[in-house]
Amino acid sequence: MKKNESFWQKLLSLDEISYENPLDEQLIDAETDQPDSVLRQQSPVEYAFAEILQEEKQEELYIAERLEANSLHAWVGRQSKKWAKPVYSLLCALFCVALVVFLMSTVIELPPFGAADNPTNNEVAQRYLEKGLEETGAVNMVAGMILDYRAFDTFGESTVLFVAACSVLLLLKLGDHKDGEVSPAMLEAEWDDRHHEPKNDAILQMAARVLVPVILLFGMYIVLAGHLGPGGGFSGGAVMGAGLILYLNAFGFRKTGRFFTYKTFRWVTFVALMTYALLKSYSFFCGANHLESGISLGTPGAILSSGLILPLNICVGLIVMCIMYAFYTLFRKGGM
Amino acid sequence: MNVFVIMILGFLVVCAVATAFTKSLLASVVIYMAYSVLMCIIWMLLQSPDLAVTEAAVGAGVTSVLFFITLKKIHAIRGDEEEDHHEEK
Repeated sequence: MKKNESFWQKLLSLDEISYENPLDEQLIDAETDQPDSVLRQQSPVEYAFAEILQEEKQEELYIAERLEANSLHAWVGRQSKKWAKPVYSLLCALFCVALVVFLMSTVIELPPFGAADNPTNNEVAQRYLEKGLEETGAVNMVAGMILDYRAFDTFGESTVLFVAACSVLLLLKLGDHKDGEVSPAMLEAEWDDRHHEPKNDAILQMAARVLVPVILLFGMYIVLAGHLGPGGGFSGGAVMGAGLILYLNAFGFRKTGRFFTYKTFRWVTFVALMTYALLKSYSFFCGANHLESGISLGTPGAILSSGLILPLNICVGLIVMCIMYAFYTLFRKGGM
Repeated sequence: MNVFVIMILGFLVVCAVATAFTKSLLASVVIYMAYSVLMCIIWMLLQSPDLAVTEAAVGAGVTSVLFFITLKKIHAIRGDEEEDHHEEK
């Protein structure tokens, strides 16, 4: 009985809940003053008090959320017809089965995997395989194909990734684009991040200390040896990005902020994309025909060989790494 | 070898179906990670180690982490501690 009472009291007092952060006033004060340091210099008692307030508000918000969801559910239940749900499920199942049948019939029609007389084994692939090593100097034929013969395709892919990062930036980035300016929303996100994300987790930090250097080294190896063996810019960049994310998770923004800020992200991505564009965008003007770069191809198998493939691999790797890391930071805090 | 491939393909289908039908969003993301790891092994068996590395880093790593953050932001992950806290009241 007592349970219900407190619940109903909360229900009745729902209207009075303000959706403001209890720290707002302090945050705005902090903004006019020295933004970050004031927040840090709170006395422990004040901080604990603010934390308790925050927790209470969170709880009230949670109850409000749940009530709203319940009422919505009830409304949907009242609005829908009784026969609607089974018909809907039946249609769903039918659609899925039809899709599976259609796709499976297509798969059965495909030629067998790796057969010699497949339509993909035509003169194009044959020429790439026969002349590839001689013309591009790359031992890894895939790298020779995507970064030499078809380098403009890869340029398009990097640009697609960059555009994706731009749209995430537009949607999730908090605050102004000028560096050093801190808005109340950013401060609130900062507080929220410090409150909720793991910090000083001994196991995580120890694991990160061992793993992060290995992961970053492995990523660099994949990027740099992309023309010698399996790998390349995209896979290596993704591995390095994952390593950076692990480092950030273990040690927090204050450590990563020393070497990777929003400014670094902007400049690295810009420089890498522009280098790529300068080196390879002539393809768009000469109809994807090859132009002599004048760089000697070197001995196949050496690390400094195969002309432009190595610098292009590094560019792609840097772009992918920065964008993976930027996605994570933007999702987590709306900034770097 | 053949048995191994068939087993992995079977697990792949099970993971795909389980991702769609799991009630808990958190469990769904974890199963999706398992799907990515299985896919990574399949890429290895199809002799494309570069794709395997990418799948492991992007599919099992970054994508799932982004999913976790999103779930946390929309308060879809609730720890046991918090759950107990609410039930006490």
